[in-house]
Amino acid sequence: MATSIQLRQIKKAYGDVQVIHGVDLTIDPGEFTVFVGPSGCGKSTLLRMIAGLEPITGGDLLIDGQRMNEIPAAKRGIAMVFQSYALYPHMSVYKNLAFGLETAKMPKAEIAERVQKAAEILKIEPLLQRKPKQLSGGQRQRVAIGRAIVREPKIFLFDEPLSNLDAELRVAMRVEIAKLHNDLGNTMIYVTHDQVEAMTMADKIVVLRAGVIEQAGAPLELYNNPRNLFVAGFIGSPKMNFLTTTVENNTLKTGTASVSLGRDVTGATTLGIRPEHITIADGSGVKFADVIIDLVENLGGQTVVYATTRDGQALTIVLEGQRDVALGSTVEAYLDPARAHIFDAEGMAI
Amino acid sequence: MSVQHSSRATTTVVDGPVSRGSLWSRFWQNDAPGYLFLLPWLIGFFGLTVGPMVTSFYLSFTDFDLLTSPDWVGTDNYVRMLTNDPKFWTSMRVTMFFVVFSVPLKLCFALAVAMLLNRGIRGLPLYRALFYLPSLLGASVAIAILWRQIFSGDGLVNQVLALVGIQGPSWISNPNYSLWTLIVLSIWQFGSPMIIFLAGLRQIPSDMYEAASLDGASKWRQFVKITLPLLTPVVFFNAIIQTIEAFKSFTPAFIISGGTGNPINSTLFYTLYLYQEAFGFFRMGYASALAWVLLALVGLFTAFSFLTSKYWVHYDE
Repeated sequence: MATSIQLRQIKKAYGDVQVIHGVDLTIDPGEFTVFVGPSGCGKSTLLRMIAGLEPITGGDLLIDGQRMNEIPAAKRGIAMVFQSYALYPHMSVYKNLAFGLETAKMPKAEIAERVQKAAEILKIEPLLQRKPKQLSGGQRQRVAIGRAIVREPKIFLFDEPLSNLDAELRVAMRVEIAKLHNDLGNTMIYVTHDQVEAMTMADKIVVLRAGVIEQAGAPLELYNNPRNLFVAGFIGSPKMNFLTTTVENNTLKTGTASVSLGRDVTGATTLGIRPEHITIADGSGVKFADVIIDLVENLGGQTVVYATTRDGQALTIVLEGQRDVALGSTVEAYLDPARAHIFDAEGMAI
Repeated sequence: MSVQHSSRATTTVVDGPVSRGSLWSRFWQNDAPGYLFLLPWLIGFFGLTVGPMVTSFYLSFTDFDLLTSPDWVGTDNYVRMLTNDPKFWTSMRVTMFFVVFSVPLKLCFALAVAMLLNRGIRGLPLYRALFYLPSLLGASVAIAILWRQIFSGDGLVNQVLALVGIQGPSWISNPNYSLWTLIVLSIWQFGSPMIIFLAGLRQIPSDMYEAASLDGASKWRQFVKITLPLLTPVVFFNAIIQTIEAFKSFTPAFIISGGTGNPINSTLFYTLYLYQEAFGFFRMGYASALAWVLLALVGLFTAFSFLTSKYWVHYDE
């Protein structure tokens, strides 16, 4: 039976400096939740408060309905994988995995059984007698995850666990962690600043900025219906284009062009369009700008075009396939009105 | 003068007085400043270390008495030391006792203070400097004299004990306690190993302790299973340095016992006995032999420590 977590008006302050400002969040049993946000947004602090490594200044932390604020870290049924792996360098992999179980004075036979099982899941059986310094980055990461698995916790916490790995290994480990979640079915919270990791792994993404949740929801919900400019810009890669607009007769004016979205646009000051939702083929949507091509990146499967509108606003366009676009040429840019986002002067979605 | 150029323009064969002159000028231009800066060290190393060592090694096989020229006696000094000199064994026993108790106690105390200071307290630099001060002063004559006052029959320690109704002995003139006062003085000079321990503690990543606390490890278990093993390179270094220092310890015993090693030889450190033989009885040959035995002993201890280190010292990378 997986575990639920509830944060009610959770606050954190260091002296007079408040870093988490009353966070409310519910994580359902078995959910894979990703905390994402820029550096310093408080995502790791929030995770560490759930783990019990940071005292909670205000509010309530409930795990399966029980208040946990004052319960020591070891008694919350939580295991954590650290960014630095935090493996004990003087112990073998086996000893690293067994440390928590030995601390709990578990019988040796049971320890051996659990370590063996975790090693099988993570395919690290041949490494059990090695020391951490004899392992590669990916192997160390597996051992760090193994150390969490052996304790059979109710909740797994991951604090940017892949940021020390190279790009290829990061993708591989991402898949393995997702598989692990499918196999074990535990509640997991994962902290990252990489929105691609968040989009690919999460059941629920929590976007944080300056200690406040900007939006929480399913990945595609955040992608399709961002609540504000920050979320719109943070989720999606390359990031969403924002064009300054004015409104005349329920029509958006961007520079010299007028765009009719076929809906009420009163109060709109910013038009947001994802790069992959812009086309340059005639008649493929509503024309919204003439753009001058500055740079073209051919990625094989996609062509990324960096352009500037006539009134000097930068625009990124992602075109499917391999496209021949001449540098310095002027092309017409089109958008699908249904996929356009508009925001008011406060940056909130309309 | 003849100058030949080989096929490689850079290779020049030179001879004759002018070429010697050019070599000399090249030396002056390129190498001389380096040697000039090295000169104080070279004079010190050869004049004050290597020279006296070689001389002392030679003298250890003679009956040199400072007044007459040395006569070769072969290994007589060493044979006498090992077979016919009870005072040698007494001084060896006193020194070993001092080393065995003062070094571990000093290291434990230094580690305890370092751990206290490693808790991110305010004014850490001030405390660090204050705790380090005894290490700078401890081996001085002034502090040894002060120590004699503190531990004498009517000294500060007994005055404090008198406040709670205890009549303390004269610590430095009682053979049961005299060596212990020197051990306490040695422990008091914990600053140097403490600073090194503190640096070592700072190197242990905090997330190791966080991982351990999530695993339910108590503070004691964290200390035993994480702090100590990860600190073993520093423990090893401190143990070697402090042991060598303890073997060489001289001033406190000399001052506190007035150079005698008394009461009843209870503070007769090896170095103090060596000093008595050399400058009390002018048996320079014998004293030299004593010095070389001490060097061999320290060398053996250090070699043994290095040989066993692979079993208990954990290096991360």
